[in-house]
Amino acid sequence: MSDEEAVEEGEENSENIIPSTISRGQNVLHPNRENLLEVIGNLREEGFAVCIDVTAVDYLENPKRDLPTTIKPERFEVVINLLSHTKRERIRLRVQIPEDEPTLPTLFDMYPGSEALEREVHDLFGINFEGHPDMTRILMPEDWEGYPLRKDYDVGEIPVQFKQAPGS
Amino acid sequence: MSQETEISHLQATEDETAERVFRRGEDSAILRLSESQVQTYSPDDDRRMVINMGPQHPSTHGVLRLSLEMEGETVLRSKPIIGYLHTGMEKTGEQLSFLQGPTNVTRMDYSSPLFSELAFSLATEKLLDIEIPERATWIRMLMCELNRMSSHLLFQATNGMDIGAVGAMIYGWREREEVLRLFEKITGLRMNHNYIRPGGVAADLPDGWRDDILRVLDNLPDRLNDFDSLFTGQPIWHERLQGVGVINASECLALGVTGPLLRSTGYAWDLRKDIPYLRYEEVEFDVLVGSYGDCFDRFAIRLNEIRESIRIVRQILEKMPEGDYRIQDKKITPPPRVRIDESMEALIHHFKIFTEGFKVPAGEVYTAVESPRGELGCYIVSDGGPKPYRMHIRGPSFTNLQVLPHMLQDCLVADAVAVISTVDPIMGEVDR
Repeated sequence: MSDEEAVEEGEENSENIIPSTISRGQNVLHPNRENLLEVIGNLREEGFAVCIDVTAVDYLENPKRDLPTTIKPERFEVVINLLSHTKRERIRLRVQIPEDEPTLPTLFDMYPGSEALEREVHDLFGINFEGHPDMTRILMPEDWEGYPLRKDYDVGEIPVQFKQAPGS
Repeated sequence: MSQETEISHLQATEDETAERVFRRGEDSAILRLSESQVQTYSPDDDRRMVINMGPQHPSTHGVLRLSLEMEGETVLRSKPIIGYLHTGMEKTGEQLSFLQGPTNVTRMDYSSPLFSELAFSLATEKLLDIEIPERATWIRMLMCELNRMSSHLLFQATNGMDIGAVGAMIYGWREREEVLRLFEKITGLRMNHNYIRPGGVAADLPDGWRDDILRVLDNLPDRLNDFDSLFTGQPIWHERLQGVGVINASECLALGVTGPLLRSTGYAWDLRKDIPYLRYEEVEFDVLVGSYGDCFDRFAIRLNEIRESIRIVRQILEKMPEGDYRIQDKKITPPPRVRIDESMEALIHHFKIFTEGFKVPAGEVYTAVESPRGELGCYIVSDGGPKPYRMHIRGPSFTNLQVLPHMLQDCLVADAVAVISTVDPIMGEVDR
């Protein structure tokens, strides 16, 4: 049984209807990359003044997931969490990002607080945010290769200094 | 309290602007240069230079590193450089079952470990769609408020030391130890408890818990008054903290800052009050706000939040219900230890739960709690198996750290230490 079911009407957003679902009682919108900024702009006008979180999921090993029928599942999904203080509500936006072109417009101009969060997603998933003022690695070393939170990135080991030292 | 009067506290004042946090170019407070660019960076003005602070600096709370562009003693632009404690805990979380998950997340924010466990457990329970027993909820609340006290006491200790009042170190540490002793008695460990687990808590409260907690609660207010007489009214303390590292509410909202930092600007947002979880709507407490958004307000809010937590804990002691400390659902809960000695089935059951874990229905969910540093969230995607498909912790310190360059701009480097200290970042949670 899945309690994630498509809501009939969907959210009205300047003549485009953004598909929405309810996941465990939490509101989720599914914009695409083209209308993302517009949708978020409208939400910000409605009072969603804080961008709490930006993260991503790599659905490589688990392509099945609950999505509205109109949304084509892609490998990556960027998840944006917005919070409205006045309504005391949260809303989550899930954006599908294809593997061959992992880019998304940045939210910096609306929520400058997304700067570090987007850098983290870039660092660990290799998703690029267009127009971001400082698209560099944040947690991993600058010269690191690969994106650790991708599902095809193995949990491996790195050579440890002093491992061959006497007495170890 | 009516909804409307509450909301009126949530208005940013009109004359304040968040314009400076939106800047992208050279006029921004953030020194957006990479490691290699810093090496070759030579400003036109030769009085300027880029200086490195940390990661091994006593006042950087672990391994925070700052790149500071200075002109004389004044900080112009800066950038926090993080990742020195990054151990891929979110990746590790994908390899551990839901039962083992709290062991992992508890090591993120090591000074308030119970909050990460709580956020993780609430998310898992939401995916499982289960209700945990009343007593378990109240025990969780009790433990979290005690943890908020110990975390804020640790802040008093480190903050005092950073600013040069070494005495605070001794006092803060002594009081924190009292609370940690309670934790040791209840959970078996001083830190990294793995006490709050999906389905309830690991064990019931031990014999004599009420007296032990009351003893701490009775002693603490006097000791907090000592803090007041030593620091709050002291002129040197005022000189060091007042008007330093000022930020306003609009900037905090734009940067996603939460917790005491946001409240210090006069903006009364506290998840315990505004989006209550556990049973916070059944206890009385005040949300404390500052007026200037400076280092002093942040210090005072944390000190007085300890008093509010004492108030909450006293109410919890009165209202603690009897009953089970974990859910009696055979799919999730291992059998009681005594049953294992007498029943083969119980042994198999125990073995299955601890080796395979329990399956969690597919879906995704986000839960948030108010940790001592702000909103601590947990986003879990489950694919229907016994391990999370993706586990993400939204650490408040990580987002709060972004405020540093804006606070540090035009500060003296000696004040920088005070500013970092009152942001109170816990690097384990920043780097994860």
